[in-house]
Amino acid sequence: MEYFLQQGLNALALGGTYALLGLGLAVVFSVLGLINFAHGELMTLTGYGIFYTLLMGVPYPLALLAGVLIAALAAVLMERIAFRPVRNASPTTMLLTSFAVSTILHILFQNLISARPKAIPVPDAIIGAVSVGSMQIGIIQLLSIAITAVSLLGLTLFLKKSLLGIAMRAAAEDFNVARLMGVNANMVISTAFAISGILAGIAGVLWLFQRGSVDPMMGFLPVLKAFIAVVLGGLGSLTGAVIGGFILGIIEVSLRAYLPDGMLAYRDAISLTLVILVLFFLPQGIVPRRESVR
Amino acid sequence: MPVTLLSVQKVAVRYGAIQAVENAELAVAAGEIVTLLGANGAGKSSLLNACMGLVPLAGGQVHFDGQRISGTRTEHVVRRGMTLTPEGRRVFPGLSVADNLAIGAAASPQLRRETAARRTEMYDLFPRLHERQKQLAGTLSGGEQQMLAIARSLMSNPKLLLLDEPSLGLAPNIVDQIFDIIAALRARGVTILLVEQNAELALDIADRGYVLAGGRIVLSGTPGELRASGLERVYLGAH
Repeated sequence: MEYFLQQGLNALALGGTYALLGLGLAVVFSVLGLINFAHGELMTLTGYGIFYTLLMGVPYPLALLAGVLIAALAAVLMERIAFRPVRNASPTTMLLTSFAVSTILHILFQNLISARPKAIPVPDAIIGAVSVGSMQIGIIQLLSIAITAVSLLGLTLFLKKSLLGIAMRAAAEDFNVARLMGVNANMVISTAFAISGILAGIAGVLWLFQRGSVDPMMGFLPVLKAFIAVVLGGLGSLTGAVIGGFILGIIEVSLRAYLPDGMLAYRDAISLTLVILVLFFLPQGIVPRRESVR
Repeated sequence: MPVTLLSVQKVAVRYGAIQAVENAELAVAAGEIVTLLGANGAGKSSLLNACMGLVPLAGGQVHFDGQRISGTRTEHVVRRGMTLTPEGRRVFPGLSVADNLAIGAAASPQLRRETAARRTEMYDLFPRLHERQKQLAGTLSGGEQQMLAIARSLMSNPKLLLLDEPSLGLAPNIVDQIFDIIAALRARGVTILLVEQNAELALDIADRGYVLAGGRIVLSGTPGELRASGLERVYLGAH
């Protein structure tokens, strides 16, 4: 039972990170129809942002904040410089543009910084575990779950209560009619990218807590997983992205915990097979995107 | 002589090689209900979208309330006082009635400040929407969605309302209700440009009308003149 609870918390922590990344992808997709393959580089930028601000002697919590803000700013600039000029082009053009942005950033990281990992120390205060009854719970796990919960709550409040948030939901459902009502298209799209950057930054911080280092490839694997989570949850649905993220986290952690040792190498293959099975029965994902009545 | 609110001069709209509107001339004076008639695919919606700045003009100019609006962004057009209720209602299905209305007042800081007061006005005008203010728009009936779509457009306090096919897909008794609302709006001082396939209904309520066929204005005049000039032939000819 304890082992089960422990693994449950692990699944929540990992799934939460996927959920944040998936949400970032889904927010942009919902308003622009673009899968931003450069999303992982935003996560990596957070890592380098934290690395260099720490190097400059900035206190640890402020460095984390700076890392997140750098990702948000980078996301907004990415849209302004790379995606806005091709906004009315075909979805394929936008997709290829995002590949290009991803590749360019990746090469810049390699050539201007280093292809090798840079260590980012994790403070002693959050290493270790607290005892709850007879259970040992990792502080990093608890922190991850708490940060994920606060982020999801904050985003939900923003989308439900603020006019800009309501306008973003409206634009996600019917962009042309939102424009017709006088909603500023650039404003909505910039906000979507800023949110996706903040979410990638927060996910980046959580990922760094686990890994303790940043390298040019840091964002690749988690964002690939997040993409799978988004497809699983239903492309374009924000709720779906969160659900998909948590399901993928649960699948991965369960396989790691309960597969016999000899099978562990096949973990990713098995988890992807499970995802394909779900999509076989729910091809639109778990929460299909609401289409407006035309 | 009443003030000309909307003036469309030699407007052309193209989608790639397709010529949707050609050399269209149209004017709407303050206080009028003007109807724009034509068969499916005649270019009516394209012309309205072009007036709103949603599709670029391939030629010509649009002036509204004494200022040139062609080439400006849609939100500026809405701020100046012209809105469009699109064909097929197009409410935001996943947003509540109240939130749909809030989006209608998103175009300027001043409108945003007046959101609550305008919404109360809309609820007075459409009591059904008041009852359902927390409901998701996608769960409303077709007639209620059309009321919501019109109310959403009225949130920006427009001088001129462009109504694109408000009767489309609605039961006859609901259509009567919608046309009563249109008449009530005129009584409140809203000028209306009404696009309709249902020519009889539109001519009953309009002061003047234009007929669009193959992207060109082929007829214009009072309802009596249009009826006398063989409207049916134009419709049949367009098919």
